[in-house]
Amino acid sequence: MTLLTIDGVWKRYGDHEVLKGVDLTVDTHEVVCLIGASGSGKSTLLRCVNLLETVDDGAILLDDVDITDVRADADDVRKRIGIVFQAYNLFPHMTVLDNITLAPRKVHGVGRVQAEDQARELLARFGLESKARDYPDQLSGGQQQRVAIIRAIATQPRLLLLDEVTSALDPTLVNEVLGVIRELKQSGMTMILATHEMGFARDIADTVCFLADGVLLERGHPDQIFGAPKHPRTREFLSRT
Amino acid sequence: MTTTWVKSDRQKEREKLLRAQGRRSVSVATISTVVVAGLVVFGLLASPGWPRVRETFFSWDALVTSLPDILRGFLLNVVIFLIAEPVILLLGLGVALLRGLRSPVFFPLRALAAIYTDVFRGIPVVLLVYLAGFGVPALQLQGVPSDPVVLGTIGLILSYTSFVAEVFRSGIDSIHPSQKAAARSLGLSHGQTMRYVVVPQAVRRVVPPLLNDFASLQKDSALVAFLGPLEALRQAQIHAADMFNYTPYVTAALLFVALTVPMARFTDHLAARAARQRGGAS
Ligand SMILES: Nc1ncnc2c1ncn2[C@@H]1O[C@H](COP(=O)(O)OP(=O)(O)OP(=O)(O)O)[C@@H](O)[C@H]1O
Ligand SMILES: [Mg+2]
Repeated sequence: MTLLTIDGVWKRYGDHEVLKGVDLTVDTHEVVCLIGASGSGKSTLLRCVNLLETVDDGAILLDDVDITDVRADADDVRKRIGIVFQAYNLFPHMTVLDNITLAPRKVHGVGRVQAEDQARELLARFGLESKARDYPDQLSGGQQQRVAIIRAIATQPRLLLLDEVTSALDPTLVNEVLGVIRELKQSGMTMILATHEMGFARDIADTVCFLADGVLLERGHPDQIFGAPKHPRTREFLSRT
Repeated sequence: MTTTWVKSDRQKEREKLLRAQGRRSVSVATISTVVVAGLVVFGLLASPGWPRVRETFFSWDALVTSLPDILRGFLLNVVIFLIAEPVILLLGLGVALLRGLRSPVFFPLRALAAIYTDVFRGIPVVLLVYLAGFGVPALQLQGVPSDPVVLGTIGLILSYTSFVAEVFRSGIDSIHPSQKAAARSLGLSHGQTMRYVVVPQAVRRVVPPLLNDFASLQKDSALVAFLGPLEALRQAQIHAADMFNYTPYVTAALLFVALTVPMARFTDHLAARAARQRGGAS
């Protein structure tokens, strides 16, 4: 079943065309990895899906509803889509528990006790139960990023967007974050992730998409993209990484 | 392998040296303070006019005579301050938030807030106190307060709110945009984002400059004296004129300082506690 449809999306910053008619569909439970050189537009695409940027043309449909319609309620759309950024995510003035329970309590109207129970359950699932009362400064980078992911899924979104969630991390911390993403895939979460970790993309993706200069040049099964890329630019990009 | 840590001889030696260094810096600080203070006092006492200055500014008798009245007057200053400050904080934050509204519907409010801060920061406080104190009653409107203390306080509030609003605004602007993006992406509305994420962080950041404005407001509460109420400065004026002696002014100044210093220490304490809670960083 199709969950998300990106239909001919364009995005410009001034004269600079960052996305040039991107088409992409994502099915429920599918994991899509966006790969491509720095500046190719991966983050911009994710930010468009989350309505943090307005598209200049084209449409994005979630559950067959056009979320780029100017009359659409952006807050309502964001309730159904979680996003985790590269870094600088958590609210530094709140404890881990408050970070996680903020949106369930204030946006989704869940009671404090129930929200905290759910948060503790999630923390336990990802091995962070002892950190509930800590402030973000007191956590390692990998722990912070895992909390950020937990915070994004605490509202039970339909779709989770992950933008290079490991690139600010020490290589030794990368694995614990990737472990969380693997676990989420097993639980059936639909995800789009922009990543520079090719090995991980190959391992976890159902579909890999190669972006170059704002154009989605090639999409396919990871074995095909990494094993036998069709487009010469994909070949060139993969040989460099 | 040992599991319990036994302090090595090297570490003991290091700590001994550190303690010795600490003692040395304390004694150096003490000696230099004594020398500097001694020089200042000596310079004062040795200056030819000192006996006169002591008589007119630091007369013990004048202090004792004027203190009860000035202290009573000072209580009025404290009351003015205690009432004005919370109002200023609330209004200032409100004005800062208005200036942050982006929707075109709010353009008039936003423009009004901008004009208010621009204009009122430019008017001398004493002028605003006069305007509120003498101008408003002159309008002869029904139901408008006529008590000079109330009117003077309103003048102070009008002036200080414009400063405090700018302090809040710069604090809000200093919060990294990704914090806003992170909050919005969780589905929080603009209002919720400001309330739970941006403003709490901004307020922590602007505590020191706010304290600066508080201290300034404390002494400017004396400007209400120009409208006639018997607060500390007015009492000091009366006594000074009575005795041909300036000591009452010094007395009033000491009272103001006595209030500002503990407040500064208290805010430092709050800031330090917040830093400790958050693990020391940033
Ligand atoms: N707010 C902005 N204003 C102007 N230009 C922008 C803005 N955001 C992104 N760009 C430009 O858009 C292009 C694509 O940026 P984007 O962040 O989507 O790349 P990316 O594929 O995520 O790269 P990376 O792998 O380095 O994260 C870049 O050339 C960038 O300079
Ligand atoms: Mg990016």
